[in-house]
Order: sequence, then C-alpha cells, then structure tokens
Amino acid sequence: MSGIMSKASHVLVKPESSWKTILECATVEVFEMMANVHLDPEPSPEGVPSGDFTAMVGMAGALCGMTSIRCPRAVAARLAAAMLGEESTANPSAPEDALGELCNMVAGNFKSKISTLADHCLLSVPTVISGEDYTLQALQPVQSFVLALRHESEKIWVSLLVHE
Amino acid sequence: MKKLKVLIVDDSSVMRKIVERSLRQAGLELGEVLEAGNGAEALVEVQKGSLDLILSDINMPAVDGLEFLKNLAGVESAKGVPVVMITTEGSEARVVEALSAGAKGYIRKPFTPDQVRERIAPLLGGAQ
Repeated sequence: MSGIMSKASHVLVKPESSWKTILECATVEVFEMMANVHLDPEPSPEGVPSGDFTAMVGMAGALCGMTSIRCPRAVAARLAAAMLGEESTANPSAPEDALGELCNMVAGNFKSKISTLADHCLLSVPTVISGEDYTLQALQPVQSFVLALRHESEKIWVSLLVHE
Repeated sequence: MKKLKVLIVDDSSVMRKIVERSLRQAGLELGEVLEAGNGAEALVEVQKGSLDLILSDINMPAVDGLEFLKNLAGVESAKGVPVVMITTEGSEARVVEALSAGAKGYIRKPFTPDQVRERIAPLLGGAQ
C-alpha cells in the first residue's frame, strides 16, 4: 500500500472534459453488471442533486477528489433488492450498504478506464449520508462533473469532484 | 457434481452476499459458504480445512488480501485450494503482486456471473 501511495504522489493527472463521458460509461456499466439495472443518462439534467441517500468515496494520489451517488431511499432499496435478492429485506442497512458498494465500484471502474489513474490513485472506503438537508462544500479550486441518470421514473445523481 | 465449500473474504457484508449470489448465478454448485471480514478471520476459517475455493477482496482493514495470501503460504490446509482475488481498483501493480503471492486468478469489479464462471471453473479441476 505505501509503495503505491508514494508512486501516486509523484504523478498528478489533470481533469479532462472527456471524463464526463467516461464517468457516465463507468456508472452505466456498474449498474448493469452488478444490479442488472439499466440507467438512461439525461443529456441536460435540470435541477441539482437531490435524494435522501448520498454515498461517497474519496480519491487520493494522482487525483484528489470524491465520487458520490445520490438518490432517494426507495431507489437505494430497489438497487439493494436487485443486487442481493431476498437478503436485502433481512438486512435493514442493505439500501445504504448497497449504494456505498455501487459508489465504490463506480469510482474504481472510472479510474481503471484512465490509464494514468489506474495505478496512481487510491480509493477510500465508502461513506453514506442519510438526509436531504445538507450542503457539501469542497475546498477550491475544484472541477465537478455531474450526471443525472434516470432509473424508471427517478433520478440517480453521480458526481465527481476533482481538486485542481 | 460436487458441492463446493467456499470461503468469501470481504470487509463488506453486502459484497460478500453479492459474490455468493454471483457464484450461484454463474451455475456453480455451492455447499457450505463461509464468510470472513478480513484476512485474520479468513485464516482461522482456512485452518479448519476442507475448503474448495477462496475468494478474497484485496483492500480490507486489519489484514488485507495480500497479507492474507502471504500468510496462507505456511498453512497446510490451504495447499491446493485456489484463491481468487476480487478487486475494485484498476491497479495492475496490486493484481501482479497478488498473483506473485500465490493467487490463481482475479476478478475485477464490476463483474457478471459469466465472467465469474470463466475465471473460476478452470481452477476447480472439473469439479464443476
């Protein structure tokens, strides 16, 4: 681990506009493969990220930032059921745990698609916030990539915040 | 067809269930499925013997997957038991390190049941 971190700290990768498409591709792939859930990206999403569950995974090394997924509790519960089957009803924390794992996989899948990041960026364990009423403030300067993807009639928001 | 006794090692209980579900969806006949939350707990399970397959995450607290692999080298009951690493990270370096330490294969998340079968079935010597 320490060897990878020391290598990571020497290579700084600048965000590129193509990352939005890569993030979208990484997200759709994870949801399809792990939850058998198809997401439809919204080309011009309206509004700001909302929903009472937010999963976050920190990124450090060649890229410092955070990947997050935000959605309503009901959507997280459906995702948990799709991933775990009957097990999801037996575990009351399954919705937030499943969302955390999806966020972890989206962050990992995203970085594995960028060759300069794959070996040079580490992920934190996922954290999940419950509740709507909060503001997330990142240290400036930051570049953000925000996606809205439709699952049935609900929106799932995926954000990548990158410290420049 | 022999039912497999499998050990799944991951600090996330949700991910352990997802891996188990994927093994079943991949068509593998599972018997007893044991779980461990880190490499230290996993080592205790391995020492009890009679496992057919071990699937382990790499990034875990306390004793991680690579340390677990290294510790397995001296355990008699682990001899001949294939270990497959499961990783979220796209780090080739960690995969190479795991293979050098004795892992027989790896699966990168996200994965499909077909990919799981493709990676695991050849390691089971015709048992599945």
